[in-house]
Amino acid sequence: MRVKPLVIPVVLLAILAVVPLLSLDIPRVLPGALDSPGTLQLLALCLVFAGVALSYDLLFGFTGLLSFGHALYFALGVYLPAIALTEWGWSLPAALALLAVSAIAVPLVLGAVSLRVTGIAFAMVTLAFAQAGNVIVQTNPGGLTGGDEGIILDYDRIPDALVGIVNTKNLYWLALAYAALVFVIARAAIGSSAGHVWSAIRENERRVEVLGLRPYPYKLLSFVLASFLAAWGGFIWLLLIGVTPEVTTATFTLTLLVMVVLGGAGTRFGALVGGFFYTLLDYRLRNLAGEERIQELPDVLRIPLSEPLFLLGALFVAVVFFVPGGLASLPRRIRSLGARRRARAEESAA
Amino acid sequence: MSTFVLLTITGLGLGALYFLIASGLSLIYGLMGVLNFAHGAFITFGAYAAWWITSQVETSSELELLVATAFGLAVGAALGMLVELVFIRPLYRRPVEQVLVTVGLALALGALVYGIWGPDPKLFPDRPGEVVALPSWMIDTTTIAGANIPNDRFVEIAVAAVVLVGLTAFLRFTRIGLIIRAGVENRAMVTALGIDVRKAFTFVFAVGVALAALAGVLSGVYFGTVDPARGTSLLIFAFIVVVIGGFGSIGGSAVAAVAVGLVQQYANYYAADWLDWSGAGDVAVMLLLASVLLLRPEGLSPKVAH
Repeated sequence: MRVKPLVIPVVLLAILAVVPLLSLDIPRVLPGALDSPGTLQLLALCLVFAGVALSYDLLFGFTGLLSFGHALYFALGVYLPAIALTEWGWSLPAALALLAVSAIAVPLVLGAVSLRVTGIAFAMVTLAFAQAGNVIVQTNPGGLTGGDEGIILDYDRIPDALVGIVNTKNLYWLALAYAALVFVIARAAIGSSAGHVWSAIRENERRVEVLGLRPYPYKLLSFVLASFLAAWGGFIWLLLIGVTPEVTTATFTLTLLVMVVLGGAGTRFGALVGGFFYTLLDYRLRNLAGEERIQELPDVLRIPLSEPLFLLGALFVAVVFFVPGGLASLPRRIRSLGARRRARAEESAA
Repeated sequence: MSTFVLLTITGLGLGALYFLIASGLSLIYGLMGVLNFAHGAFITFGAYAAWWITSQVETSSELELLVATAFGLAVGAALGMLVELVFIRPLYRRPVEQVLVTVGLALALGALVYGIWGPDPKLFPDRPGEVVALPSWMIDTTTIAGANIPNDRFVEIAVAAVVLVGLTAFLRFTRIGLIIRAGVENRAMVTALGIDVRKAFTFVFAVGVALAALAGVLSGVYFGTVDPARGTSLLIFAFIVVVIGGFGSIGGSAVAAVAVGLVQQYANYYAADWLDWSGAGDVAVMLLLASVLLLRPEGLSPKVAH
């Protein structure tokens, strides 16, 4: 049983890695065959969000910090390389070096300020900082961010292998590598001694203080690591989708929270699963909204069914109420349900 | 000088909106420990409910506004009571889940408003065929110290002042106000004394959401339109007001709301001119928040409902 924790992710990684080579068709779930660019782009997006959701779970699920500003660091990964490449004409390595430095420096400064308060006040402060980012992007200072229009990326500065529809499979592999890397780093961090302090902080911060540890630097570490990982997800989104101001909104952070809770916060695979399936579901619901059989329904049914965010919000409320552990708790729930039923059967047989 | 006066009164008008939103948020959090993320959706919903009733009646603009305000308040109170009883009450012992449920409600209700009324702002109140829907005396200006100030700013400030005085008096002089104040201070003790604090919860939630709806209606007056994105953008500033003012404090909310509204307006005018950047006002408010946190992490006033 000792090897089991490694077996599942490795097998999963192997299966996901060969996806672009298969021309399997999964109707009703995916837009086309597995190796078609449309499907690969969607799956790549699912993988990016699996990784970003896990980075958010480091904060929310594993350290117990409810942040409403995670979108800011994702947006940093989208905007900063785009600005460096397109507006300043930097080379890709230089732009990525800048992102690496900023993705540590920015959360270090903002985290240091916001972690001076705890609990709900922390949530509100992170929200305010993220909103400042949103304002900066929307108001387009010095013509840098492009406001509502975003930035048209200068693709000459991106390697050819990552540009164009025929190369979508390379982007898919990049997204897969990102999700896998986030998983490995997150596992290592959670298993480290700092990770143990994080879970102690989540359970009872006062007790950590009584034990003689200062929670502050540990929380800051968690904040910086999670933000750093999210920023790289932003960069892959930039390659996949491009620049849109939508990634800086508060709603975007809330969807990350929804992903994590749907999947199961603070569990091994919960956030990954949640991010993946939320993205897939969002896509399917968007398509459903456009279908004729929905458009023909009376208003009372048509309006809610054509708003994916309404359905996802309602699903989220239902999960919080009825499946508190999220998708990750389902196997355990089914098992305990089976065990209970067996026990009852034995009772009635006896 | 005249610009300064104009900015000050406009800032106070904006602060009035922030206060209406923040006072509800602050009382709900102070008493129940629930961060109500759905407050923004309630603002938007209240504004649209008010807009809808004005599209159903056809009378003078003033009367339509009065009907809209009454209807918005009633819808808000009913919605608040419903949400508290159905979604918040079953989760009393699970504070994180309560926040999550309000997040889900915010997303769902926001999307619903968007789906029903569409993405474009609507002229408020609904008066087909007219370019300006508000009563003409609200659009007219009054000259104070050389500044021409639109009269609607005084309406917002007056409503907020009435709410401030009314809420303070209510908390100080009524029995349920006493229970709320005691509950903010120490909920466990109030419960231990045999008082059913849950009734106060439902009441405070209903009042908070009604105030959010009122803020929605007044934002329709302030901006002249209702907009599906308005609630969320106002909510963020109201959150900042609550953090600066201290949770559970009506007076703190009022002071912080005025400060935030003024800083936003001044920075929007003076710094935006100097930096040539229109986002200066909003970012100045975030900086104000950061500096308050660095100097006084607990906010301006301690956690007491007064």
